Amino acid sequence: MSAKYQHPLMAYIRRAGLRQPHCAGCGNGIIAQCMLRAIDELGFNIGNMVFVSGIGCSSWIPSPFFNADTLHTTHGRALGFATGVKLSNPELHVVVFTGDGDGAAIGGNHLIHASRRNIEILTILVNNRIYGMTGGQVAPTTPHGMKTITTPYGNIEYPFDLCRLVEASGASYVARSTTFHLKQLVSYMKKGLQKKGFAFIEVVSNCPVQYGRYAGVRDPVESLMRLKDLSIPRSQAKSMSKAQLEGHIVIGEFVDMDVLGLTKAYKELLTEVDA
Amino acid sequence: MKTRLKKIIEPGTHLMMGNEACAFGAILAGCRYFAFYPITPANEIAEQMSTLLPKVGGIYIQMEDEISSIASVIGSSWAGKKAMVATSGPGFTLMQENIGYAVMTETPCVIVDVQRCGPSTGTPPLPMQGDVYQARRGSHGEYEIISLAPSSAQDMFQLTIEAFNLAEAYRTPVVVLSDALVGHTTESVEIPDLGTVDIVERKKPTKPPEETRPFLDEDVAPMPILGSGYSVHVTASTHDETGLRNVESPNSVDNLVRKLCMKIRKHRNEIVKVETRYLDDAEVVLIAYGSVARSALYVVKRAREEGLKVGYVRLIMLWPFPDDQILDVARKVKKIMVLENNMGQIVNEVRRVADGIVEVKFLSPRILGTIHEPSYVMEKLKEFYE
Repeated sequence: MSAKYQHPLMAYIRRAGLRQPHCAGCGNGIIAQCMLRAIDELGFNIGNMVFVSGIGCSSWIPSPFFNADTLHTTHGRALGFATGVKLSNPELHVVVFTGDGDGAAIGGNHLIHASRRNIEILTILVNNRIYGMTGGQVAPTTPHGMKTITTPYGNIEYPFDLCRLVEASGASYVARSTTFHLKQLVSYMKKGLQKKGFAFIEVVSNCPVQYGRYAGVRDPVESLMRLKDLSIPRSQAKSMSKAQLEGHIVIGEFVDMDVLGLTKAYKELLTEVDA
Repeated sequence: MKTRLKKIIEPGTHLMMGNEACAFGAILAGCRYFAFYPITPANEIAEQMSTLLPKVGGIYIQMEDEISSIASVIGSSWAGKKAMVATSGPGFTLMQENIGYAVMTETPCVIVDVQRCGPSTGTPPLPMQGDVYQARRGSHGEYEIISLAPSSAQDMFQLTIEAFNLAEAYRTPVVVLSDALVGHTTESVEIPDLGTVDIVERKKPTKPPEETRPFLDEDVAPMPILGSGYSVHVTASTHDETGLRNVESPNSVDNLVRKLCMKIRKHRNEIVKVETRYLDDAEVVLIAYGSVARSALYVVKRAREEGLKVGYVRLIMLWPFPDDQILDVARKVKKIMVLENNMGQIVNEVRRVADGIVEVKFLSPRILGTIHEPSYVMEKLKEFYE
């Protein structure tokens, strides 16, 4: 690779991690780039950041791609690992990458409690509304009625509204974007990276290979355009009924508040005990 | 830090519960992160840790379950802390997947399992030694583990320090396999002068990142902690010496599994700990560990008073199993009796080693979940001795 054509974000990329595991047209590459852009625009030192991920497609976004400390952990437990990292060294910026299966099904309880504790971790939950890596099984985020490889007669369950869940649990920052809405996503990521409490960004992602084959949108560009068409800004959604919102993606910021984060609170406790 | 330690740990003889002694041992060993989820009979460890850790600048956190407790401990260890988690049977079961993660990623940490009666919910306050194989093979896949079995409150103090030292020396999770009897017994504990206790620290990289191979060395690779500029890639997928994933060839699996196992097996004789007494002229030997070893020793002493040539072996470490040491014993004696508070677990290891050499008999307590009554053991010993 000649220096002349080097990718502007190459400094943040692990050369040995250049071989991507993602399917062609996957939204994960877009999310990876948005994250690196956010880091670059903030001027953060990636050497002072730790990326923790679980198991599933989205967990491969930072690992081994990002040239930083990367902890690729067990299914659903990334937030548990990240909690130990952040409490043990609050100086590190800790970012968790998780998916809808990883973060909302098997790891749902950890998401609730990390939000409640307001530990200073940014969590990016990539919601492709299906289990992609294992072959297209129904997820807790799959739309009602949708057929998947394990709901051949249609999904009789209803999907999670993860932003509402995390908001109710107490997180200091909650936002939703899609892999189409890049500018918003980068700006949310920048906010989340600077938050002094738990920050949560749900990114509804296009999955042309697994989700797409059941939704009838197998073309990557078309799958992005579908996200655009389905999205409704939060301001507009406020005046819409539940029935009108059915099947749509409400995007925007839901919570943005200042809190005393867990590691700061713990530091105060230590000072009190020492006194 | 030394002065802070002195404020909370006073050398001398103290009356202490086994679980409390475990907490003091951990702090002295350098433990500065403890995660917990409430469970009987391990709660007193957390009560002590939540009081003591903030006094030495350490972190105590109660997590939402045992899965995240061990996960956070592993995260903390990678962030440079000595970290511990304590639990009992049901929680130990929940931890197994992440214990495998710690083995796979060579993460030093200590797991205390204060065993209770199972299976499942069982009888929480009563002791049993039902988790011996769970400690050894509870997580999936092929691996080695280190596990110690304390017999007393003194052991809870001493072996917790030992567990940290082994974890750091071999970059591996170490299980302290206690039980409700040892954890809940209050007795005297001798705390030595702080300066006289050997404390082991993990090997850190000395070479620049591009020359450092942080994984898969039979003699223990250096561990770059997070944030130290090594861009360390930690994964529980099959990986090579640099940490990078390689799931494409069976050769990489072979390389990984062999090296991880050999890291322990190669050093087995440096790691194992066995206590032997009255072996010189012994014809029958009692082998026991944990709380049961106390009954065994009592019976051996009484038997000696009666002129019976009976020896005593206490397995201070269960895993790796002390093959060579037990083989030596088997060659010296005529019969072996293994005492356990279960239906027979470690006896299978003794039989494996002593196969074809000597007769091995198993003795559980008359009532499971209680101590081996000395009179009952003596009766069985005499029958066996004939």
